[in-house]
Amino acid sequence: MIAEIGLAVLWMAAALAVLQLFAGFSALRPSGQVLVGVVRPLAVIQGLLVGISFLCLISLFLETDLSVKLVAANSHSMKPFIFKLAGTWGNHEGSMLLWITVMAISGGVVALVEKRLREDTLIATLAGQAFVSLGFYAFLLLSSNPFERLPEPAPEGQGLNPLLQDVGLAFHPPTLYVGYVGLSVAFSFAIGALITRDVGPAFARAMRPWVLGAWIFLTIGITAGSYWAYYTLGWGGWWFWDPVENASLMPWLAATALLHSSSVLASRNALRAWTVMLGVIAFSMSMVGTFLVRSGILTSVHAFAVDPERGSFILALLAIYIGGALALFGIRASTVTEGERFSLFSREASLVFNNVMLCGILGIVLLGTLYPLMTEAFDAKVSVGPPYFNPVSAIFAIPMMLMMGVGPLLRWRKDKPSRITATVAIPALVVALVLLGVVLMFPSIRILPMLGLAVGIGLAVGSWLPLKGRNLRRTPLAVWGMVLAHCGLGVALFGAASESAFSIERLAAMTVGDTQQVGPITVKLEGMGPIAGPNWTAIEATISASYNGGTPVMLRPQARTFTSPPGERTESALHTRWNGQLYAVLGNEGDDGRWQMRFWWKPFVPLIWLGGLLVAFGGLVALLGRVAQDVKRVRATDKIAFRKAQQDMLK
Amino acid sequence: MSEEAPKRSSLAIWLPLALFGAFFVLVIWGLYRPADRDVVSAFVGKPLPQFNLPAATADRPGLSTAQMTTGKPRLLNVFASWCVPCAVEAPQLEALRQQGVEIDGVAIRDRPEDLNRFLANYGNPFARIGKDDLSEVQVGIGSSGVPETFVIDGKGVIRHQHIGEIRPEDVPLILQKLKEAQS
Repeated sequence: MIAEIGLAVLWMAAALAVLQLFAGFSALRPSGQVLVGVVRPLAVIQGLLVGISFLCLISLFLETDLSVKLVAANSHSMKPFIFKLAGTWGNHEGSMLLWITVMAISGGVVALVEKRLREDTLIATLAGQAFVSLGFYAFLLLSSNPFERLPEPAPEGQGLNPLLQDVGLAFHPPTLYVGYVGLSVAFSFAIGALITRDVGPAFARAMRPWVLGAWIFLTIGITAGSYWAYYTLGWGGWWFWDPVENASLMPWLAATALLHSSSVLASRNALRAWTVMLGVIAFSMSMVGTFLVRSGILTSVHAFAVDPERGSFILALLAIYIGGALALFGIRASTVTEGERFSLFSREASLVFNNVMLCGILGIVLLGTLYPLMTEAFDAKVSVGPPYFNPVSAIFAIPMMLMMGVGPLLRWRKDKPSRITATVAIPALVVALVLLGVVLMFPSIRILPMLGLAVGIGLAVGSWLPLKGRNLRRTPLAVWGMVLAHCGLGVALFGAASESAFSIERLAAMTVGDTQQVGPITVKLEGMGPIAGPNWTAIEATISASYNGGTPVMLRPQARTFTSPPGERTESALHTRWNGQLYAVLGNEGDDGRWQMRFWWKPFVPLIWLGGLLVAFGGLVALLGRVAQDVKRVRATDKIAFRKAQQDMLK
Repeated sequence: MSEEAPKRSSLAIWLPLALFGAFFVLVIWGLYRPADRDVVSAFVGKPLPQFNLPAATADRPGLSTAQMTTGKPRLLNVFASWCVPCAVEAPQLEALRQQGVEIDGVAIRDRPEDLNRFLANYGNPFARIGKDDLSEVQVGIGSSGVPETFVIDGKGVIRHQHIGEIRPEDVPLILQKLKEAQS
């Protein structure tokens, strides 16, 4: 019954989206004025209905209703609760329903709360949102119905990939999804503003919280994904530049650029066309990323048959939305009037510089991701990896990070270099000293980690300078957010550079009682033994690790064997200290009874993810600041209107 | 610096759409290209490196580059007694030999007694078997595992590489490659 309700509600929501699209576009014509009032309620009800539909799917998964095909294929009655829940979106159909759910609810929220934008622009935005979501409704209802029943209920579910039975991974995809979908709201705002030729500060202010929110989720998603890859895959690396990772990085880069340019548009009414363009590009990158991952077009050369059907569908949507939006941009861009001018030495100019750098990185990541496909068109098979991505992205990233130390200190519109030279000297000195120190103490490390260490520390210090001379209590939250996010990026860069420069790897075949020296840590294999979990069994090694002869701590890496369905996975063990991490992986047993063990000592590596979280936290602080400001502003205008009404009454 | 030139050139405005069009064409092609996911070895079309391997067993001679440039195409099979797929492909190699194909073997990191047992169990289709204990020849011809089979033409040039065991359905392709190598 629940499955049928879920499907029916989903169809109703799709019908409302059709209504929302046509009502919206009719309302924009002079003859359609009567429809102006219905668009907002339609969006709200649509959001509610899809939310109900998603709850239906969740409840089917929680009670493991094996008469539903999707549940039978992806869940199992023995599975722990949390993974039953995660099973809802851990598959193609469920994740598409999650996508449309987030999208419709966001549309409903826009319809409910957005009051600053011109009414016609808002209606055009909601119509755009309906247009985008219709494609996904069609995809879901016509080719990937999550509520499909089996002719006969299955005796037992097929479980979930053991590699996916991991709390981090259970919540990693939905986090990225919310980010992608948040960018669809920004996209709809851009479309709305282009349609009604209303590209101005109000548009940027309305769009900004959505971009910021999406950006926070993307940041968390990428950080968590990177940490997941680091500890689950057992390869010791934290970023592999593989297409799936790039697919999440590209929208983040575009969203970062959009965030900054919409700030310029909101406060200075400049960069109008550029902001609209980025709004389109940011969502394009979400779609391109989804397409690349889902279609399997870029999977490694060892992948087997790929079903082009799903890919074709997403590609068709991509062509309609992005092609349409870019065509609309082409038609309307000449009517987007110039914004305010600014001088070469101003905060706007520094933001433009960093926008260009971000787009440069975006371009090279996109190029590197698609390059194997391009050369294959000319009959050559290549793979592109870190030797390309690392140095080429650094060409853009290093100047960008240097500029991040300067830009926030500059005034809007026009500034004098002499005003900030003394302030900038502090981080510049830090960078120079660190660079000198590293060159003298570790002459053997390569140039990129060396620059990374220096620029990372410089940025982590320099990012606090915008607070200099301010009354800290009265500093807007948005400024605090910026400071924290910039500092976080410096911290993450330092962690990454340190990992690359100073990591120590040991590969050893050990029997119980053997010791190994891994950098400053002495590890000893204390014992081997079997262990059983809820749906797996494992061989577990007990290892004591002592830092410079200090009190030993115990690590327990495992090689797990899953029962439902059968599968194997290594569970690495980590020991985190303030100054680094010991990473231990248990390998196979050799013929001679010795166990293959792999250890890494990675100085300061946790800073990569702490920095990432700090970036996200900075975003959150800024978002709270913006929302609080908006609420205050709405209250003030309400109060003014109320006073005015009272005065009119008195008259 | 002003934001952009006051009059935008109309071409620049359409540039994003053009780039998107190029992307679109590329991925459409990528999506519907024939599912050919074989990686062609960089060694195909190159002559064999110079090598001279000692005999791996008592009853077959060793293998050198000179012996492989006889004017007649032949197969070079990289195998080992410790490799299970190598046993799986043995009937196909035997079938090829019965059709008159000359097959030379390179035994990778093997011991004579193991090798003799393997050949006794699964048959010996090889004219010569070279002993490659350090994988020198294997690496020299661009083979990364066992079993692999190379089609070598009469001049000693590598014409085709088959990775993994030869299954019955692979035999026609190998015969065809041998025929192509003749011309």
